[in-house]
Amino acid sequence: MPDARTIAVDYLARVEGEGSLRVSVVDGTIEDVEFSIFEPPRFFEAFLRGRPFADAPDITARICGICPVAYQMSASHAIEDAFGMRVDGPLRLLRRLLYCGEWIESHALHVYMLHAPDFLGYESAIHMARDQRDVVQRGLRLKKAGNAVVGVLGGREVHPVNVRVGGFYRVPSRHELQRLVPELEWARAAAADTIEWVSTFPFPDLDQDVELVALRHRDEYPFNEGRIVSNRGLDIAVAEYDEHFVEEHVERSNALHSRVRERGSYLVGPAARYSLNFDRLAPDARRLALGAGLGESCTNPFRSIVVRAVEIFQAVDEALRIIAAYEPPPEPFVPVEPRAGVGRGATEAPRGLLYHRYAVDDGGRIVDAQIVPPTAQNQATIEQDLRAVLEANLAMADDELGWLLEQTIRNYDPCISCATHFLDLQVDRRSSTAGGSDG
Amino acid sequence: MTAIPTLAVFKFASCDGCQLSLLDCEDELLAVADMVQIANFPEASREVAPGPYDIVLVEGSITTRHDAERIREVRRQTDVLVTIGACATAGGIQALRNWSDVDGFVQQVYAHPDYIDTLATSTPIADHVPVDFELRGCPVNKYQLLEVIAAYLHHRRPNVSRHSVCLPCKRKGNVCVAVAHGTACLGPVTQAGCGAICPSYHRGCYACFGPAESPNVGSLVDHLRGEGVEPGDLVAMLRGFNAWAEPFRSASDRIEEGSRA
Repeated sequence: MPDARTIAVDYLARVEGEGSLRVSVVDGTIEDVEFSIFEPPRFFEAFLRGRPFADAPDITARICGICPVAYQMSASHAIEDAFGMRVDGPLRLLRRLLYCGEWIESHALHVYMLHAPDFLGYESAIHMARDQRDVVQRGLRLKKAGNAVVGVLGGREVHPVNVRVGGFYRVPSRHELQRLVPELEWARAAAADTIEWVSTFPFPDLDQDVELVALRHRDEYPFNEGRIVSNRGLDIAVAEYDEHFVEEHVERSNALHSRVRERGSYLVGPAARYSLNFDRLAPDARRLALGAGLGESCTNPFRSIVVRAVEIFQAVDEALRIIAAYEPPPEPFVPVEPRAGVGRGATEAPRGLLYHRYAVDDGGRIVDAQIVPPTAQNQATIEQDLRAVLEANLAMADDELGWLLEQTIRNYDPCISCATHFLDLQVDRRSSTAGGSDG
Repeated sequence: MTAIPTLAVFKFASCDGCQLSLLDCEDELLAVADMVQIANFPEASREVAPGPYDIVLVEGSITTRHDAERIREVRRQTDVLVTIGACATAGGIQALRNWSDVDGFVQQVYAHPDYIDTLATSTPIADHVPVDFELRGCPVNKYQLLEVIAAYLHHRRPNVSRHSVCLPCKRKGNVCVAVAHGTACLGPVTQAGCGAICPSYHRGCYACFGPAESPNVGSLVDHLRGEGVEPGDLVAMLRGFNAWAEPFRSASDRIEEGSRA
């Protein structure tokens, strides 16, 4: 009796983009796991060549509509590095505030709209709203609070217009930021409730033994700067990135996978950031995290939803502190003097480390660009997780297993648009004696 | 339309920002979900209902042979097809490839060019199938998106202006950044819809809503040349998120030909 089954989920939902998953199981043993990306390539790195340096933040923002601020930040920092300039004081704090807004908006979207429905057995947040309208509305309101920060500081939520190399086109008045405070105060309490809510979800067992990589700053939870560190001893300046990481173009895929040169696959994103920077969280964020049953590190990717909730709280808390202390700077940007050179920037996008490198000529034209998005860095680790989850759950019925594998991928909030976008899942179960060797 | 109209969202080459605009309607999303059956919206739901669909929102441009086939299949299943955003209506920023050697691009970015299947061009949806309404913007304005959905639910044309963004910019009380500060601004040739945000933030318009109705791009180009903008910078300005939209494309080509002559 041949042991042959096929599971097909044609399109992986609730992620940002297009990809596929193919799994073959022979005699109860996993033969192959392929997580592929078939988002059509868009060639940003190629068409940036020859463009004025000032275009880099606006053009690279279009790589991802979910985290445009991250692209604007990494691009600005990298170009500023090439020109040997630094942006400090209130302008630096405003960048941090803008990033807080994006983290809140992006994490609230993922926690409430994309990921929570998996744990609670709903097809989507819209289905969930039929039973739990208040909860979904809390999520939408949190998301809106984050978007309001991006809106005030950036002009609009998706592809903000106010970021430039050197700072901003216009800085907000104290009054404009103060108006955000009442809703952010509500959001601080709602984020604490979110941590408690997600901590009660049923979490499948999965313990990852993986290299975690994130920025680490001497006294802040990382957004815009820091050294790149890992739990395996990596501790380098952003400028040394290319010496320690390598991108490989993997067969079947339009994305490039990253590896630590010496050791292999690694993980970026909320769980990595949290585990490497627990001591940099605000005291209340630490207290709430421990109260929700997270340790000082998180190695179960299914619990990343709790980490995201903690990071929403952290970002709201930070936003309130920045606004309280804000004094508008005299100029909205630091004057820019283009010169030939190579610059590198790495910031913490909601999904993890985002690295940009540009070579610029003395006329300020981009001659070379390299962009390494978080999802490309996580892809190898996602495949390892899928393998582990499959091994532990092979007895599960196909449709149930299919959903669990989708959920496993959604643990990473993968932005497949970024890594080049969703998922055509096929589980091919065969017996070696069945004679079906076409896969 | 059926008793409960069905809404579906399809994505081609894009950043997801325009369909995200629907999820960004935090105050209206659940109300919209009460009025339509969301039959296919993979970014939001794993539930997929088969076509045909009453209203389809298409995001993204056509850049592969597979997608050129897929959009024809989507059209066959669709009553009202609305394209959303600069990628779907003008080819997007990725249409910059249309002036370049794509094989060279592939070799610059990918180690194994043979795995990459791509067309030499990025083209708008309307180049491939009939489109009922084109909603512009990079990204679209979420209130305009709601207006378009509401309009088709009520069997009327969407109320979306095609005039230049200078009109709402004036109404907003902005000081004209071009006149007062000499800032290069594409506002006079760009369609309204964004809320004139760039001048409100003291920068020139970069035309993310594409060409306005009957734009006089040549005249603006002459003015900007007179203000001292270099031809190369003018070409870069016009070749942004709506580079392949005809008025911008032909004007940028003329500048390039002129500076070669």
